[in-house]
Amino acid sequence: MKVAFLAAMMLVVAVPVAAQQEVPPAPFAYRQLPDPDQEAKAKALMVTLRCVMCQSQSIADSDAPIAGDMRSEVRTRIAAGEDPEHIRQWLIARYGDYVTYTPQIKPITWPLFAAPVIILALAALLLRGRFKRGERIDTGEQA
Amino acid sequence: MSDNTEKPRNRLALWLPLAIFGGLFALFVHGLMRPADNNVPSTFVGNPLPEFDLPAAAADRPGLATSAFRTGKPRLLNVFASWCVPCAAEAPQLAALAQAGVDVEGVAIHDRPEDLARFLANNGNPYAAIGRDDKRVVQIAIGSSGVPETYVIDGQGVIRYQHIGDIRADDVPMLLGKLKEAASKGAGS
Repeated sequence: MKVAFLAAMMLVVAVPVAAQQEVPPAPFAYRQLPDPDQEAKAKALMVTLRCVMCQSQSIADSDAPIAGDMRSEVRTRIAAGEDPEHIRQWLIARYGDYVTYTPQIKPITWPLFAAPVIILALAALLLRGRFKRGERIDTGEQA
Repeated sequence: MSDNTEKPRNRLALWLPLAIFGGLFALFVHGLMRPADNNVPSTFVGNPLPEFDLPAAAADRPGLATSAFRTGKPRLLNVFASWCVPCAAEAPQLAALAQAGVDVEGVAIHDRPEDLARFLANNGNPYAAIGRDDKRVVQIAIGSSGVPETYVIDGQGVIRYQHIGDIRADDVPMLLGKLKEAASKGAGS
């Protein structure tokens, strides 16, 4: 009974999902660009763009139909000679920073870039203190 | 000599990990209890619609171009598809909006004409025009990440509002309000 219900549910869910693949995919969804340099550029950009449907995969990895259409969009623009960073900014204007895996330098992201510097400075300060104390013990000034 | 001054400081350091743990615990509990919001809102609201000219998706409706949105009257742009279940659920609400005098324009995503014709026959056709977007060119250009989504476009062709997901019955007055707002904004500019 339960199995039959599950099977019926799977049919209901599966049919619409399959139906959107009835239309042939966008030209460059599953096809590489003929120029290997351009394809390399497109690939490098696509692995850093988030699929807005599946959300944990890049559009290069995702099999969601919208990811295919986004790949086609990216490849078409690269083939037309558009700069990859320009394409990224174009997508950010539409989907927000969420669409890019590469963090953007913005007021809100300053801790991300400042943290390593601050941590290194703290470590240097701490080490300096330790070394100084060590020196004092070595020379017997402590007692 | 320094024993007296160091003791209280050490005691504080002793409790610090627990305090950090408590803080993180509260943060994680809060994050886990909050229902997940997987919507990706468009950040393109406030911008004019990009230029497009989509071919007709249905036999009895024209295709859809950007120029259709620059007539001075606010409109709804509904991104939908025949294979999308919530799109069928929102059909009565779209019909009600059309009944109220709203121009509803459709963009059909990844849809075959025969599938779309069956969908419209079953669920009604509130659309003034339906553009066929097989490659999601328009959908991506307006920052839409799924179907159905409904955009309020003012009379100058500027995107004023985005509604993600199907339109429920109680969303209808809200959308009518947004259209009214867009009418005053579109006339003002």
